[in-house]
Amino acid sequence: MRKFDRNQMAARVARDIPDGSVVNLGIGLPTLVGDHLPASGKSGREIIVHSENGVLGVGPRPAPGQEDEDLINAGKEPVTLLPGGSYFHHADSFAMIRGRHLDFCVLGAFQVSAAGDLANWHTGGADAIPAVGGAMDLAVGAKRVLVMMEHLTKKGESKIVERCSYPLTGARCVNRIYTDLAVIDVKADGLHVVETIDGLSFEELQRLTGVPLKRLLTAA
Amino acid sequence: MRQCSVIIFPSVIDKLFPTAEAALSDVPNGATVMIGGFGNAGMPAALIDALIAQGARELTIINNNAGNGDTGLAALLKAKRVKKILCSFPRQADSWHFDALYRAGEIELELVPQGTLAERIRAAGAGVGAFYTPTAFGTRLAEGKETRRIGDRDYVLEYPIHADYALIKADRADRWGNLTYRKTARNFAPVMASAAKCTVVQVRETVELGVLDAEAIVTPGIFIKRVVKIAASLQKAA
Repeated sequence: MRKFDRNQMAARVARDIPDGSVVNLGIGLPTLVGDHLPASGKSGREIIVHSENGVLGVGPRPAPGQEDEDLINAGKEPVTLLPGGSYFHHADSFAMIRGRHLDFCVLGAFQVSAAGDLANWHTGGADAIPAVGGAMDLAVGAKRVLVMMEHLTKKGESKIVERCSYPLTGARCVNRIYTDLAVIDVKADGLHVVETIDGLSFEELQRLTGVPLKRLLTAA
Repeated sequence: MRQCSVIIFPSVIDKLFPTAEAALSDVPNGATVMIGGFGNAGMPAALIDALIAQGARELTIINNNAGNGDTGLAALLKAKRVKKILCSFPRQADSWHFDALYRAGEIELELVPQGTLAERIRAAGAGVGAFYTPTAFGTRLAEGKETRRIGDRDYVLEYPIHADYALIKADRADRWGNLTYRKTARNFAPVMASAAKCTVVQVRETVELGVLDAEAIVTPGIFIKRVVKIAASLQKAA
């Protein structure tokens, strides 16, 4: 068994983003998903990337030397604008988010609970400086919330937990979890394993995961 | 006999100020100041430099972040002029000035989810008394706040954020204060412009009335009190 690396995880998430959808990619790991979405126009497929600092139609990174400090994404990295893209102010941008106009958002996480609670903004440590950004708005606003994270902490503990020990970003908001080991759906009756990486059995995944998992019975 | 207060309107509306210093000379200690920008995009660096030079202390600052690197808002923090900051994302790889003040207990932080921050500012500018948002329901950031179930969702009551001053950056302005922006430098500026008693804008270029396409003006001049043109070489944080 070889765990997915960051790019493999990003490619796997990108596979589930259908043509014509509007998606917001969180900062950090989720931003990588953008590298695996079809280039607009070239493939005949179109996916619109929203960035909460006021852009629809985010394009790829600019070539070196072509960066524009006025054109950045939510992670404050230089980006480009695709033909058809638009700019807008922050209140409009979050109206799009909160008003349920985004089809997907992809967020990183510290922990996800069996009920789909998300913790990704604060470790709760006494000396930790909290920063929430747009995560709480995205968690309640996007039509589907996809989480992308490593399955285990550096200490080998499951990041999928019965109850989040870290402060919540949103309650019962996560629809699907992508880890370096598996894809797992959050449903009303619990967590359903959609797929595991090559060489990893359901039983082995269950052994590594902090909560009971179900096999997805429907043929995908 | 009853006194009538008379408002004297100038015959020509001209909001252009010669310098950033002149536009900010009356900011008092203890003022609440909104500062536009998302990171360095749209940050009004020249106005912030002028505010530092002007010397106002005990400020309450509203910005998305809490300063990046050593310039702009970070420099204002470093100069210890800020007693409280409202923002959504203070912690960044280069927010060392904020981090040091926070860890030393020398600055108060009100952490606000980014969309709630934008909407609270918008509400202030729009005369809305409060609003219910689903954001942060069931989280630590909603603790102690009034909540309400409307339909099948739970909401948190949030109040407007007003300010004495807003310092923003735009691309072009005319003497009425009509503004256009550049790309993602727009971010919080239009809502902040509406929410402060006195909005001061730094622009790259000023133009004659009628030059800005009326269909393309993003912030109408009614929200702007003072316009300062900053030479392109001084637009960027040094």
